[in-house]
Amino acid sequence: MTSFLEGLFANTFWSAAIKVVAAFALLVANTLILVWFERRVVAFMQNRIGPNRAGPFGILQTLADGLKLFFKEQITPRKVELGIYLMAPMAAMVPAFLIFLVIPFGAPITIGETTVTLQGTDLNVGLLFILAMSSLAVYSIVLAGWSSGSKYPLLGGVRATAQMISYEAAMGLAIVPVVVLAAVTLGEGGVGAMSLARIVELQQGSFRWLIPGWFVFWLLPSFLIFFVSAVAETNRAPFDLVEAESEIVGGYHTEYSGIRFALFFLAEYVNMFNVSAIAVTLFLGGWLGPDLGLPSGLAWVMPIFWFFLKTYALLFVFVWLRATLPRLRYDQLMSFGWKVMIPLSIGWLVLFSVVMALNTFGWPFDVPEWFPWA
Amino acid sequence: MDWGDWLSNSQNILFVVIALLMVAAAVRVVTSPNVVHAALMLVLALGGSAALFLMLGAEFVAWALVLVYIGAVIVLFLFGIMITRAPTGRDPVRLDHERRWPAALVALATFATLASASVAAFEDEAIEGGVSSTGDLGDVLFSRFVIPFEAVSFVLLAALIGGIVLARKDPG
Amino acid sequence: MLVSQFLVLAALLFSIGVYGVLVRRNAVLVLLSIELMLTAVSINLVAFGAYLQDTLLSGQVFALFVITIAAAEVGIGLAIVVMIFRNRSSANLDELDLMRW
Repeated sequence: MTSFLEGLFANTFWSAAIKVVAAFALLVANTLILVWFERRVVAFMQNRIGPNRAGPFGILQTLADGLKLFFKEQITPRKVELGIYLMAPMAAMVPAFLIFLVIPFGAPITIGETTVTLQGTDLNVGLLFILAMSSLAVYSIVLAGWSSGSKYPLLGGVRATAQMISYEAAMGLAIVPVVVLAAVTLGEGGVGAMSLARIVELQQGSFRWLIPGWFVFWLLPSFLIFFVSAVAETNRAPFDLVEAESEIVGGYHTEYSGIRFALFFLAEYVNMFNVSAIAVTLFLGGWLGPDLGLPSGLAWVMPIFWFFLKTYALLFVFVWLRATLPRLRYDQLMSFGWKVMIPLSIGWLVLFSVVMALNTFGWPFDVPEWFPWA
Repeated sequence: MDWGDWLSNSQNILFVVIALLMVAAAVRVVTSPNVVHAALMLVLALGGSAALFLMLGAEFVAWALVLVYIGAVIVLFLFGIMITRAPTGRDPVRLDHERRWPAALVALATFATLASASVAAFEDEAIEGGVSSTGDLGDVLFSRFVIPFEAVSFVLLAALIGGIVLARKDPG
Repeated sequence: MLVSQFLVLAALLFSIGVYGVLVRRNAVLVLLSIELMLTAVSINLVAFGAYLQDTLLSGQVFALFVITIAAAEVGIGLAIVVMIFRNRSSANLDELDLMRW
C-alpha cells in the first residue's frame, strides 16, 4: 500500500491530479459543513434551535437542500442574455477553487522516499496569484447582474463592482506588510517572500516567551484590516449590500434558480473559507501547532487539524458578525472603505516599512527592551 | 525557415492556440454590437497576453496584468458601461461609423508595415526560455528605474485627484 | 520560440486596435480599443526583454509602467465619459460637437 502511494505521488502528473481532485472534494464537503455550522451558530445566537432533523445534529441539512436545488426547475427569464447568464455561475466557481490550490493546509507528508506537500502548488508569487484570482471573483457578480436583464440584479451588480474594487485595494495593501516582514526575515533579497509555504515556515519559533511566532503579533493592524476587507470582499454581513434582501430583493442572483443559484451560494461559502484560510496562513501560523506527541504514523493529522481549527475560528467570527451587526448603508460602506480602511492600511504600511528599514540599517537611538519589532 | 520544425515544438503550438484566441477576441472587441460583450472579449485578449507573459518567463508581470488590468481596469469599464447605458442584446444605438473601409485600410497598412519591418529585422532570431525572478525585477525597479517609477506614481496620483474632481457633483 | 512570432502577433493586435479607434463611435469602445493597442505594446516589450536576456529587465519594467499608465488613463477617461453622459445622455463621440463651429 505504502509503495503504491509512493509511486503515485512520485509521478508529477498523478500527484497534481490527486491534489486537484482532493482540493475540490474538500472544498465542496467543507461547504456542506460550513453552511450547517453557520445556520446552527446563528440559531443559537438568536435563541433558536436551527436545523436538527437531517442526520446527527442536522449535519446533513445542507446536503438535502443541495439535492433539492439540484432537482428544481431552472427558470430562465425571457429577457436574459443567455450565454453570459449561463456562464456567470460557473465564473463564480472557478476563481474560488483556484485560490485554494495555493494554500498549504497541512505539513508536508513523507510517504517512503517521496515528500507530498499538502498544497496544490507552491507558486513563487502565490500571494499575487491569490490577489489576482480574488479580483476575478467580481466578474461573476457583475455579469450575473447585467445579463439577467432586470433592475434589481443590475443594481446588485453595480454595487458589487464598486464595493469589491474598493475593498480589494485595502486588502492588497494589508497583505504588503506580510511580504515586507517575510522578506526581512528571510534575508537574501527576500526571495520567496510571496510563497505561502515559505510564509508558514517563517512563522515557526516564538514571538516572546511562550507566544508563538505568528505574524499576527507583529502585524495586528494588518490582520484586522485584512479581515474586515475580507468580509466586505466576500459580500458578507454587515457588508452584504450586493444581495440586500430588504432593498434589492436578492441582488445579483434574483433571477437565478435551481442549481445555478446553488453554484453562487457554493462560491460564496468557498470564498469565505478561502479568505479565512488565507488569513490563517498569513497571520495565524497556517498549519503550525503542537503535535501533542502523537505517534509518527498519525502525526500528519495534527497540522491539518490545527489549520482547520484556526480557519473555523475565523469562520465563527464571520457568522458572529452576521448575527450581530445590521447592514450598512451604501454611502457608509463606501466612505468606510475609502476614508478609513485604505488610509489606515497605507499609514500602517508606511510606518511598518520605516521600522523595518531602521531595523536593517540601524536606529538613530537606543531601542527600548520591550519594543517587539526590533 | 522550416515551419514543420517550428510547429513540432510544443511551446509554439501553445503559442498558436493563444494567438488565435487573442486575435479572434480582439476582432470581436472592435466589431461586437454590444458594449459589454466587447469588454468581455477584451478580458479574453488580455488573459491571452498574460499567458504569453508566463511563456516568456515574466511571472510577476503576468499576474500583475491579471490583477490590475482584468481585475480592476475592465471591471471599471463594466462599471462605467452599466451606470451609463447597458442594454442586453444588440445595442439599439449604432456603435460604429458608416465608413468602415478606410479604417480597415489604415489598420491593414499599419499591420503590413509593422509586421514586415519586424520580420525583416528579426527573421529567425530565437528567444531563450528562462524565468526571470521577481526579486530581480523589484531590485531594478527600485534602483535603476526609481525615477521613472516615482514619475509613474505621480501620474497615478494626478489621475486619482483628477478622477475625484471630475466625479464631484458640486462645483469647486 | 522566435522573436518575430510575438512581434507579428503584437502588430496584428495593435492594428485591430487602430481599426477600433477609427471605427467606433461610442467613447467607451474607443477606450477599449486603446487598451488593446497598449497590450500589444507590452507584449512587444516583454518579448524584447526575453530576447535580449536583459539583466536590467527593462522590458518587464516598462510593461509594468504601461499597465500603470493604462489604469490611470482608464480612470480619467471613464470619469470624463460618465460626466459627458450625465450632461448630454449620450456617449457617442460624433455627437460631441458643441465646440465645433
